Amino acid sequence: MLLFLQSLANGLNLGSIYALTALGYTMVYGIIRMLNFAHGDFIMVGGFTLFYTVPLMDSLGIPKPFAIIIAVIVCVTVGVATEQIAYKPVRGHGSMTALITALGMSLILENLALVLFGTTPRNVAAMFDLPNITFGSISLPGKTLLTLGIGIVTMVLLMIFVQKTSIGKSMRAVPEDRTASTLVGINVDRVITITFAIGSGLAAIASMMYVTSYVSIKNELGIALGLKAFVAAILGGIGSIPGAMIGGLLLGLIEIFVKVYLFPAWYEAITYGLLIVVLLVRPAGLLGRKDNEKV
Amino acid sequence: MSESKVIPVLETKGLGISFGGLKANNDVNMVINPGELVGLIGPNGAGKTTFFNLITGVYQPTEGTYYLNGEKMNGKVTHQVVAAGIARTFQNIRLFKKMTVLENVKVAFNKDMKANLFQSILRTPAFWKEELEAERKALELLSLFDLDKFADQAAENLPYGQQRRLEIVRALATDMKLLLLDEPAAGMNPTETESLLESIRMIREKFNIPILLIEHDMNLVMNVCERIYVLNFGEILAEGTPDEISHNPEVIEAYLGKGAV
Amino acid sequence: MPKKNKRGYIINIIGILIVFALLCLLFDTGILGRRTEYMKGLATIGMFSIIMVCSLNLLTGYMGEFSLGHAGFMSVGAYTAGIFTMLLKSKGITVPDLPLFIVSLILGGFVAGVVGIIVGIPALRLRGDYLCIVTVAVAEIIRVVLCNLSIPAITGSSTFSKSFAGIPKIADYHYVFFAMVTSVTIMYMYIRSRYGRAVIAIREDYIAAASSGLNVTKHKVMTFTISAFFAGIAGAIYALSITSLLPTYFNFSKSSEFLAMVIMGGSGSMTGSIVAAPILSALPQIISYVNADFASYRMLIYAVLLVLVMIFKPSGLFGNYEFSLTRVVDKVLGKGKGGATVNEGGKKDE
Repeated sequence: MLLFLQSLANGLNLGSIYALTALGYTMVYGIIRMLNFAHGDFIMVGGFTLFYTVPLMDSLGIPKPFAIIIAVIVCVTVGVATEQIAYKPVRGHGSMTALITALGMSLILENLALVLFGTTPRNVAAMFDLPNITFGSISLPGKTLLTLGIGIVTMVLLMIFVQKTSIGKSMRAVPEDRTASTLVGINVDRVITITFAIGSGLAAIASMMYVTSYVSIKNELGIALGLKAFVAAILGGIGSIPGAMIGGLLLGLIEIFVKVYLFPAWYEAITYGLLIVVLLVRPAGLLGRKDNEKV
Repeated sequence: MSESKVIPVLETKGLGISFGGLKANNDVNMVINPGELVGLIGPNGAGKTTFFNLITGVYQPTEGTYYLNGEKMNGKVTHQVVAAGIARTFQNIRLFKKMTVLENVKVAFNKDMKANLFQSILRTPAFWKEELEAERKALELLSLFDLDKFADQAAENLPYGQQRRLEIVRALATDMKLLLLDEPAAGMNPTETESLLESIRMIREKFNIPILLIEHDMNLVMNVCERIYVLNFGEILAEGTPDEISHNPEVIEAYLGKGAV
Repeated sequence: MPKKNKRGYIINIIGILIVFALLCLLFDTGILGRRTEYMKGLATIGMFSIIMVCSLNLLTGYMGEFSLGHAGFMSVGAYTAGIFTMLLKSKGITVPDLPLFIVSLILGGFVAGVVGIIVGIPALRLRGDYLCIVTVAVAEIIRVVLCNLSIPAITGSSTFSKSFAGIPKIADYHYVFFAMVTSVTIMYMYIRSRYGRAVIAIREDYIAAASSGLNVTKHKVMTFTISAFFAGIAGAIYALSITSLLPTYFNFSKSSEFLAMVIMGGSGSMTGSIVAAPILSALPQIISYVNADFASYRMLIYAVLLVLVMIFKPSGLFGNYEFSLTRVVDKVLGKGKGGATVNEGGKKDE
């Protein structure tokens, strides 16, 4: 029972990390039909920012969780810069060019980190000093529950933002019909930039969750995490915001449970196998819509 | 129209398809006899192109059956339908843009070419013979439509009217028994339309095949078609000679709205 | 065979032999001194990269689909060749190098091709980004499988490790050169046949291609399989020249590196791949050879180059231009236009 609950908490925690990352993929794909491979690396950027800012906050006497604000600012800056410098010029050059550019940006960020920080993994100082929380005979790490809470609250806020605010509505309108959106006065370029900003901000939150649970970071963190989150986005139906959340949580749970109860060495193969099956059976994912080509 | 002994080239019986409850085509019964030039008209959204997609395997009918020369075609996918003998053009031109005009036609010969992978890679005499034969046949077809002089140009560089004609040549190259033309005159100026008319007449003379034509240009339809089917809301509204159709009150109503009669 | 093509073949064969003679001159006469072995190694890397990148170009340039998991197929070929040669070695069977090399390559290619068919038949119903992601997934699955494969159980060696060393180094550069020329020629001939025409037509418009009588799935699966086959061959050469294998080498980054080479050379240009593959695969080696401190910069430089190419010349360095030795010879001899005859260029190896 204890193992089950711990796995559940870990699964939901990992799932929330995937979900927050998957949201970034999905929102960008929904708007510009581009697989932003660099998105995973934004998390790595957030992780390294925290590596420096958590001790900095501590030495300045500011509560350590405030480090996350700087991480959000850094991630948003990197995300928007990536969009402005690399993606904007290639927009309209076809999906192959877009994909390769994204891949290139991912490689740039990853190798920039390699040059700056080397290959040795770094341990990020703990942000939250929380005791284990005990329910009867079961005790779970408080920090995991806290980050899980933050992750879920962030997603709920995002849902409210997208549903209720006018910017959020524009973000939903542009993928529906770009031309019509322009006609009703939506500044598509601005919406794209805002989407990148939000996606990168979510990546910063995800990095906070990641370092709290897994502590150690290195330059390759983004690729592995990014690929998984990407799988989550597709499972949920790429382009769909609730889909990304469900896909992420589902994937986190599946991975942890397969790892704990079934085949520890094979859990990644299960993840990717699942992806292939979903794509073949239901290419649009769980909540996505299929768009047929008009003949 | 129902001559007893002739096997129709195309026959559909109660053909229909629904997309999530919406009947895009319903109970379509159509007969096309050898050598006929039949028009298919109807207001926008009446389901004309859907009908083409149904009888070319792009969609599978959810109701009814269709036959080519008496052979049941349901369940065949597009390339099998083409192999059986139905070729088509598209409303919005679909050429292989980056390929040359000649290659566009040679692609359509592919299904009848025999050189296998090893012969092709080893460049055996059989490969060369077939390849040169395909080239000769393609140029011959192109010259019928005055396109042979553009043989080595990329298809996308052709003027609009000639792109439409190239699409017809490509369809003809599949060695079909029935040709479907989807709005061939769309976007053409009067001169281009005139030369298209010429081409259609020439196809009938040279190839002796029936043609089913979707067209919005009433003038063209009334001019060349021997029989016309009118489709409205996915169903056949009327069928008859151009003269009958142009005087059919239901047709006029469908086109111009109630009270126009 | 048309006369102009026959002439083209002769010119190209002479060209290839000249390049081969130059390589022999460099490596067999010892004029490179102590660096000979190192340069030979670089040349071998360049040559299997050419096969690898050309095979990926079949998909990207001609079929118009990406694979971001091509390193997976390469690893299948590498492990097949590695296990096969180790098996023979452990059984005490000695085979002369050349036949062993040829059989290992074909076996490596074959197994990779079989995996290609198994993956391709279901996956090629998907297109674009979705197919791309399936290739990533397949490569990751292959990697997990290789990580869990107990190699010693198969090869009978005593130490356990998921990676293994000690593969006989039989990929002599003379053999590798002709393996490369043959591979590239076959791929080129494939593209310039009715099969290649079909696959390009499918790239241009798959609906029109089906309506012209092409079996879209068949042609895609065939091309995908051939591509996997040659990726397997490249992998086999890798195994037989590097002599040790590590499953994590064939990861997502490796796949994207190969894709980057295709794109930078120009997708749809075999010439581009033939030029880009050796330069870009040797560049990092050279950078770290010249100055070990630069080693960590190599991929960064690479990535920046890639993005710059995408922004300023999205069609890659060569676009879809094909180098023709015949045309060059004709120009030099003042023979006027040679026309677009079938040609093949196994050029540039450094």
